[in-house]
Amino acid sequence: MKYKPVLELKGSLLTLMVLNLFNSDNELIAKALAEKISKAPDFFQQVPIVIDLQAVEDNQAVLDLSELVKLLRTYGLTPVAVRGGNIEHNEIALNMNLGILNNIKSPAPQLTLETKVAAVPEIPAAKIIRDPIRSGQQVIAEKGDLIILSAVSHGAEILADRHIHVYGALRGRALAGINGDNKAQIFCQQLYADLLSVAGKYQVNEDFPEDLIGKSTQTYLEQDKLNIKKL
Amino acid sequence: MSKIIVITSGKGGVGKTTTSAAFATGLALRGNKTVVIDFDVGLRNLDLVMGCERRVVYDFINVINGEANLNQALIKDKRVENLFILPASQTRNKDALTLKGVARILEELKKDFDYIICDSPAGIEHGAIMAMYFADEALIVTNPEVSSVRDSDRIIGMLSSKTRRAMQKMPAIKEHLLITRYEEKRVNKGEMLSIKDVQEILAISLLGVIPESLEILKASNSGIPVILNKETDAGQAYLDIVARFLGEEPPQRKKKGFFSRLFGI
Repeated sequence: MKYKPVLELKGSLLTLMVLNLFNSDNELIAKALAEKISKAPDFFQQVPIVIDLQAVEDNQAVLDLSELVKLLRTYGLTPVAVRGGNIEHNEIALNMNLGILNNIKSPAPQLTLETKVAAVPEIPAAKIIRDPIRSGQQVIAEKGDLIILSAVSHGAEILADRHIHVYGALRGRALAGINGDNKAQIFCQQLYADLLSVAGKYQVNEDFPEDLIGKSTQTYLEQDKLNIKKL
Repeated sequence: MSKIIVITSGKGGVGKTTTSAAFATGLALRGNKTVVIDFDVGLRNLDLVMGCERRVVYDFINVINGEANLNQALIKDKRVENLFILPASQTRNKDALTLKGVARILEELKKDFDYIICDSPAGIEHGAIMAMYFADEALIVTNPEVSSVRDSDRIIGMLSSKTRRAMQKMPAIKEHLLITRYEEKRVNKGEMLSIKDVQEILAISLLGVIPESLEILKASNSGIPVILNKETDAGQAYLDIVARFLGEEPPQRKKKGFFSRLFGI
């Protein structure tokens, strides 16, 4: 009997339509797009398209990517990925289930002069958040501490390279030391967390000592074991 | 300056449409020209609750698609002056709501109306986002029950990230909490979350509490917004909510303060 595989994954080179943007003015873009598409509306139906932001010359941050994606969809196009956007754009793209493609033109970042300068050790800045973190939201401090001045709801997720401090009630998931820093700690005023984790070692709410629920606590690793202690 | 207010919740069956009908009617009763739009395309309900289902000819989607103009689709309420309904389409689905189309219609309505009430569908998908996208203020309808509170929390997060005000870095949407189907007795027995519990989790300002009431079912079935029945607890509670929304301090009720009256005890 011949074994016939159910599926296979393969890289493939495809020809895709790319929308190159040179300007970040949302209104100008909308206008120009309307003009282009009105010339051959049928041509653009269900066509996959990549949004390329590499050539945007002025302030990239002004560009409203989600609006643009919605606009393309209303014209019948199917945006599939984004290339060359900033971090916010990439985040919006992920939220809208779009892929993120690598920059093709810019040189590898390691080679630039600026990164060489940045290689001098510096103290990473803490990320400070004032607003409540709601269910379904995720906040990441990729470098340094994460400090949250209000509550973190059930179903929300906060992650930090180093320590996490929460000055409201902590109800969601808190993961400190996500890059393996086993000296990282989690501090909170009221512990109701769904899950606590330091450098990959975690505990779920059910396993927390009962007398610590609702208390202000400190969570840290001791001999590779997660420890929760009253403050 | 006209205001766009979304009535939203995340979870279904908590009282969005009942609240939309009552709140819009209340604003109109106070002399504000008000329109209430049903964003629940495909599950048209608002017109039933407002008692105008037999007068629907054109709907919201017809106007978006340019198949009818606004004046043809707007239904004037027979009981209350200044109140209009823009019904949803029953035969289409929510994809028919386009950002551009919704924007155009809201702009047009703004010229004419003081308040535009958007009755959001349940869920966090396209329909709900379309309903909240252009809002200036939001009424978050929550039942005193964990899953409803959790879903409301999610919706509040989306209000501050997926709406026009959030994306264009304008002042944030003003959020109001409305707790519905509240039963003091069951709270005392520990079967239901208390107002304090809900407020602690959601951390937004409380506009009011609507007691669980048989009158609401009756009102919905007969197509008369419950606020028009001033004898009922729920009707009274909605009247107070409208007053509070308009910046008034409704009279404190007897010994137990205003909540006691809202709970109907």
